[in-house]
Amino acid sequence: MDKVIGDAKKAFITGNETVAWAALAAGAEVMFGYPITPQNEVMHYWTRMAPKYNREFLQTEDEISAGFTVCGAVQSGKKAFTATAGPGNVLMQEPFGMAEAMRLPLVAVIQQRGGPSSGTVVYSQQEVTLTTFGGNGEGMRIVYSTATHQEIYDYTIKAFNVAWKHRFPTFVLGDGYQAKMREPMEMYDPIDKGIEMVAPYPLIGLGGEIGVDREPAHLCNIYSLEEELYEVVLKHAAEYEALSPSIVEWTEGECEDADIIILSHGVVSRAADDAVKALRAQGIKASYFRPITLRPFPQQALRDAIARSGAKKLLVAESAYGQLERLTRQEIYGETIKIETLFKPGVGIIDNDIINKVKSVL
Amino acid sequence: MVAPVTPKSWYLPTKPHKFCPGCGHGIVLKALGENIDELGIQDKTIFGCDIGCSLLSWNFFACDSTQTHHGRTTPVMVGIKRSRPELVTVGYMGDGGGYSIGSQHLVNAAVRNEKLTLILVNNTNYGMTGGQMAPTTLPGQKTETTPYGRDPELTGYPTKGPEFISAITPDSAYVARATVSKYKQLKRFIRNALRNQLEGNGFSFVEVLSTCPTNWRTNAQQTWHFLEDDMEKYFPVGEIKSPFGKGDKTNVAD
Amino acid sequence: MSLIRVALAGEGGQGVQSVAEILAEAAYNQNKQTIYIPNFGLEQRGGVSIAFIQVSDKRIGAPKFFKADIVVALSERAVERTTIYSDSNTIFVYDSGFKVPEEDLPKEAKKIVGIPALETANQELHPRVFNIIIMGAVIGLSNIVPFAAAKEALDHKLAYKFEKNPELRELNYRALQIGKELGEKALQEGVAV
Repeated sequence: MDKVIGDAKKAFITGNETVAWAALAAGAEVMFGYPITPQNEVMHYWTRMAPKYNREFLQTEDEISAGFTVCGAVQSGKKAFTATAGPGNVLMQEPFGMAEAMRLPLVAVIQQRGGPSSGTVVYSQQEVTLTTFGGNGEGMRIVYSTATHQEIYDYTIKAFNVAWKHRFPTFVLGDGYQAKMREPMEMYDPIDKGIEMVAPYPLIGLGGEIGVDREPAHLCNIYSLEEELYEVVLKHAAEYEALSPSIVEWTEGECEDADIIILSHGVVSRAADDAVKALRAQGIKASYFRPITLRPFPQQALRDAIARSGAKKLLVAESAYGQLERLTRQEIYGETIKIETLFKPGVGIIDNDIINKVKSVL
Repeated sequence: MVAPVTPKSWYLPTKPHKFCPGCGHGIVLKALGENIDELGIQDKTIFGCDIGCSLLSWNFFACDSTQTHHGRTTPVMVGIKRSRPELVTVGYMGDGGGYSIGSQHLVNAAVRNEKLTLILVNNTNYGMTGGQMAPTTLPGQKTETTPYGRDPELTGYPTKGPEFISAITPDSAYVARATVSKYKQLKRFIRNALRNQLEGNGFSFVEVLSTCPTNWRTNAQQTWHFLEDDMEKYFPVGEIKSPFGKGDKTNVAD
Repeated sequence: MSLIRVALAGEGGQGVQSVAEILAEAAYNQNKQTIYIPNFGLEQRGGVSIAFIQVSDKRIGAPKFFKADIVVALSERAVERTTIYSDSNTIFVYDSGFKVPEEDLPKEAKKIVGIPALETANQELHPRVFNIIIMGAVIGLSNIVPFAAAKEALDHKLAYKFEKNPELRELNYRALQIGKELGEKALQEGVAV
């Protein structure tokens, strides 16, 4: 495969364009997609660049198809991905469920928009529940919530590696602001940076002569007996749980000694970061905790931060109406820290919003 | 000062409308509005629209209206008509909402001969999302997801919707293709499509060839040229199936 | 340099996003932290076009802001849409070519001032460089990027046009210069609120 990026180079591009470059650099061979704002430009850039690097594209008839075509492509051993948002994410839960059940290395980029239903085309953090626990399964997925374009680049590449190594569907969760805004980032060839690129392999179309070289591969996602399903789900759960400690990622700051911890993810964590600096300068002992993986959730790290800081309050700030809060509550069940909330569904959160809220609850 | 004459069934507080300059939607909606007036069905018409540029018509009419999801206008109209058959259900969608994500609903509604009137506006691209390929994009046509021109080897040939709808519906269905370049004919076809529902006959479907200079990136002259010389050549205009006599077959193949 | 937040708004077609992109690129070329985000909604055409630009030496937080340091509004509708971004620290600039009723101007601002960009474009330069004058004005008002950097970014963006017609380069540079002077002048004058 031709090198896409030579020497590392800086660029001032949108989040959507960043996704396209990262997928190319990661060696994704095919993208399937369907138009929905605000992720369309991922396709626009991919279709323009793909022919140069011998990659494929198909605009499918809808998102259900886009998800299932990715499932088919990865089953045949090709790195494949899709991108979607909002109602498209809802439709893709069916194929994402199949990927969970059949342990397929599906990669999807989600650019959150206002919900529910058609909501807005602009921005939100209202697809957390859907992306982490959507579908009719147990949420055996890996979800990275990015906050900067550099992270979009880094984690899109990582998503392919993690997906193909561990075979859980892997998501890069962005949002409309990240998708459409331009900020500086640096693109690089992952091999130059010493990143181990996991090679894809087929689950079907395995070559050789059936009956002579090998048995046929029979893949399924339905079982006759309850007990069969039970065994499968438990097996997957065990693998997922064993994997979690090496997969969880988070950042935290000023948690050595704090009165309040500000919990946020994605683009909101940038405002939280600024808010903490401003509050500390005013003598208020605020700290922040930012899960990068929403699935698996860094619950132990959060529990540790709560214990270490001595904080009495946890402020959950999100551009949704409680999705991060509900996820956090379930993960840190048993902690007695009081939870305060700053909910702004579909609306951006700036540092002053958080600063004012902190002052009002302390 | 002479004010433009607008149909009574148009909702004036939402005018001027939000469609782009040069867009054909306004022409189609005028033909529909005039028919609603002339047939006297304003009070019992339910207008449903899809996602895409058609969604801008959600508060266009002084009729009860519902905006649905992308491709789901047809089933929502089915639900309404089956529950309240005395209402006149008019579904409005684009080429994506009808032939792409909505195709399974369209096909099944047609097979069941649902007594709906569906109007599908075909401008060969996905307008509102920024000009991606549509099922009706012409071979060689450049769009945001076919930047080098649509290759039929890779993406198939443009969908000829009325033709396949005609193949799967009984003779009581009304199926036609109109164009915004021929207003009187457009108005007549929409009238027949409404009449077919009012008489309780069957499925009524009108595709309307329309313009999108914004995403085609064409000036006025180029816009009309593409519609009349390119689109109308590829998509024959006329009544493909009509319970009302032989129908206007000037352009369609026999 | 601490954070500078500029909101630029106008009718579709006035070149708001183009100007914002060039300014943001100029800042990026200077190795500043920069975020540029356009407003975007349902319609492809029509509506007020707003560009949000932030430039800083340090990493920038949220991509959008609720109060700007500078607001430039290029139409009556743009004025209406952007008064919410104005508080006691904001310099609110509008094109004096259209008359804005007193009650439509922001209730809170550090300064409210009209600049005759459209008039200058029409009478002294060319209507087409109206948005370049505005770009110059933003620089004059905020020093968001050095003048030379803006010139370079402009040159880069319009290189293909300048090649075909070298006179355009001079015209655009003059517009940028004149705009800068208009902006600097406005800083001194203007109605304190």
